[in-house]
Amino acid sequence: MIAALLGGVLIGSAALLFFALNGRIAGVSGIIRNFLFGKERLGSMLFLIGVVAGAGIFYALGGSTPVARENFPAWLLALAGVLTGFGTALARGCTSGHGVCGLGRLSPRSLAAVATFIGTAMLTTFVVRHIFGVS
Amino acid sequence: MSGIVTLIAGLLFGFGLALSSMTHPQVVLGFLDVTGAWDPSLVLVLAGAVGVTLTGFYALRGLKKPLLADAFSVASSTKIDRPLIAGSILFGIGWGIGGYCPGPAIALLAAPNQELWIILPALLVGYALHEYLIGRRSK
Repeated sequence: MIAALLGGVLIGSAALLFFALNGRIAGVSGIIRNFLFGKERLGSMLFLIGVVAGAGIFYALGGSTPVARENFPAWLLALAGVLTGFGTALARGCTSGHGVCGLGRLSPRSLAAVATFIGTAMLTTFVVRHIFGVS
Repeated sequence: MSGIVTLIAGLLFGFGLALSSMTHPQVVLGFLDVTGAWDPSLVLVLAGAVGVTLTGFYALRGLKKPLLADAFSVASSTKIDRPLIAGSILFGIGWGIGGYCPGPAIALLAAPNQELWIILPALLVGYALHEYLIGRRSK
């Protein structure tokens, strides 16, 4: 519980630092799209390398690593990935851009986005886990 | 200099994601599964993160320009339009199925398992689909 709160504070601090010094919003989906198709490819790549290295440092210090689910259908996970990419591009933000940064800026767009994707995700998880019994 | 800041921001972000277990789809789905054994972790992560950004952005509200760049690069639109809601619904479905939002899918490169080779390419396909179907028209 304390780790979750502290991790959140670090994520928020990263977003604040990025905004105050570089003037950019630390939204991961936007940064991935900038890296793939945008103009600020080098800067975006640096941020993404940082994300991977930051998680890597935590794992190197003995933090628990994510474990793959044994019986989760690959096609379903692939569908999830495509929807997440397409959806966050269309909405121009994900949990970091609309969640961490947008809510912090009191943006009405971001509040609407967060309420929509959390609500939809809860409903989807219910259907996938409890109606189709996949987990 | 701004490149170093970008790298440090990324490092803090990735370390924070891993420390808060948001890199574990099971923990995220544990929060989204309100009728199961509910895991409130994600609320604490969001509270910690938004607590910092809310106070920080408020404190910086008078700042004319960022310290290391010429101007802030921030979306100015306040319109709640169809792409915003439709995109958020699609993302919600994807997130609710797999438990991965874009950050954790990228961070999985630091501890690759067999899910990485599915979720990350699929995510990139989603971005590419958007770019070729819609992105060029909206630019």
